Amino acid sequence: MPLARLEKVTCSYGARPVLVNVDLTLEAGDYVGIVGPSGSGKTTLLRALMGQVTPVAGSVERQRSLSVGYVPQLETVNWHFPVTVNEVVLMARAHGRLLPWASKAELAEIARLLDRLGIGELGRRHILELSGGQQQRVFIARALMRRPQLLLLDEPTSGVDFRTRHDLLHLLHDLNRDGLGILLTTHDLNGVATHLPKLVCLNTEVIATGSPIEVLRPEVLERTYGAPLEVLEHAGLLVVLDGFRTQTNVVPFRSHSHAS
Amino acid sequence: MNTLLEPFDYEFFRNGLLVATLAGGLCGLVGVFVVLRGMSYIGHGLSHAIFGGAVASYVLSVNFYLGAGLWGFVSALLIGGVSRRRSIGADAAIGVITTASFAVGLALISRYHSFTRNFEAALFGNVLGVTTSDLLVLAAVTAVTVAIIFLRYRALLFTTFDADVADVFGVRAARADALLALILASSIIATMQILGVTLVAAALVIPAVVARMLTNSFSRMLFLSSGIGAASGFVGINLSYHLDISSGATVVLVAAAVFVVVFAATGRRRLGRIAQVEGSASAPIPG
Repeated sequence: MPLARLEKVTCSYGARPVLVNVDLTLEAGDYVGIVGPSGSGKTTLLRALMGQVTPVAGSVERQRSLSVGYVPQLETVNWHFPVTVNEVVLMARAHGRLLPWASKAELAEIARLLDRLGIGELGRRHILELSGGQQQRVFIARALMRRPQLLLLDEPTSGVDFRTRHDLLHLLHDLNRDGLGILLTTHDLNGVATHLPKLVCLNTEVIATGSPIEVLRPEVLERTYGAPLEVLEHAGLLVVLDGFRTQTNVVPFRSHSHAS
Repeated sequence: MNTLLEPFDYEFFRNGLLVATLAGGLCGLVGVFVVLRGMSYIGHGLSHAIFGGAVASYVLSVNFYLGAGLWGFVSALLIGGVSRRRSIGADAAIGVITTASFAVGLALISRYHSFTRNFEAALFGNVLGVTTSDLLVLAAVTAVTVAIIFLRYRALLFTTFDADVADVFGVRAARADALLALILASSIIATMQILGVTLVAAALVIPAVVARMLTNSFSRMLFLSSGIGAASGFVGINLSYHLDISSGATVVLVAAAVFVVVFAATGRRRLGRIAQVEGSASAPIPG
């Protein structure tokens, strides 16, 4: 039995279908990225997997006692809420025990997690006093505090800088190497999607599934995004470019200024 | 000194002081959730809605606490339910439900003139006129509220911080919402006779706002807000006696004065905190 399986899942908000006939199987240790434009159903797919949305058709099967960790989009977090890093991580144990304060074992586990994520000294800091990358790690720590078999991340690189994105991808690769199944959604084709072992191109329905080299093709991307996109290969990496620019031969500004 | 201690010779004053301190502390504690959940207007509206329930329970010869409590709880759930319909919005839902409920109370009072005076305390507060049963109810509501917040602390914190994600982590947000609605309605009913319908909302909001300015920790905010509320009640009643001003108004004015002082005193630190945040946001990532 895989960790989770979606079979012919259709979800809708009112009369508007958001997902149609979606099939997806997540095995233990999988590392999958969902790519697609805004409104393509990426977040709904995560919510269906978590049991937050009930499909109108199809089925969602999860392994019995599957533990899922979830990292929300940073934009949805109330950063002015009075909580420290330790308090956020401890939220994962809302069912842990009746006493409000953390037990010694819980404190030790929080410290171990924060150390592993490189933010060991920040436990007593307020969440707003952290950089974007540190904030992202706090919410990954909270998800890991659940000891999940499957980690779901909603747009984890949205709004973060280049260095933060790089560090985050390394961190996720390390976690995956330790056996954690990971499913993330992303808009970022070049910065994130091309670095993942498996992609699902989604636009209400699944357009293609496979490795980046299999699915990042112009015809698939055009069906996914509804706009022409070119795919180049550079130093063993795929690079997705706006097809409109390549078709109209617009000269990049930097080349133009260099020539002059 | 003797002048300051003189009122303590009177039992009604000692009772009033105890009740106001307890009411201030209770409102301060519950107010943390009200403020952090963005429900300040709900606190204000609910106190008005419960007034309608209080009058209705009198007309129907139902126990005041039972009738008004049920009315308040249902009103709080209705507000929550209606405000989840995004096309309506929380503020409009509160506007409709609470003012309609308040209007029921006013209509019943105008219909049955004979008992109009009984509700002056509920409208404007009368701390020195509280009975032993009022005191017992307030003590019981305070004890139960403290116990619920202590035992459900983790779930209440998570659902207050992010209800959607709490659901994913197995914490039932709807259950926590219902629990808070019950706590809020009970607290308003227990303190309404003391502070008055019109001033309960201020007693809920001001201590929590002051506590938020003083700390970045949720647990410390609970203690600070309860302490500020209780201290405002204690000082307010003393001032009320000596200055011969309405007790509810004095309690709220003391809390408001604390707000002004803390706002002025923490202004520089708040600016420093903002600068620190901006600095750390651009700082290199460790490791």
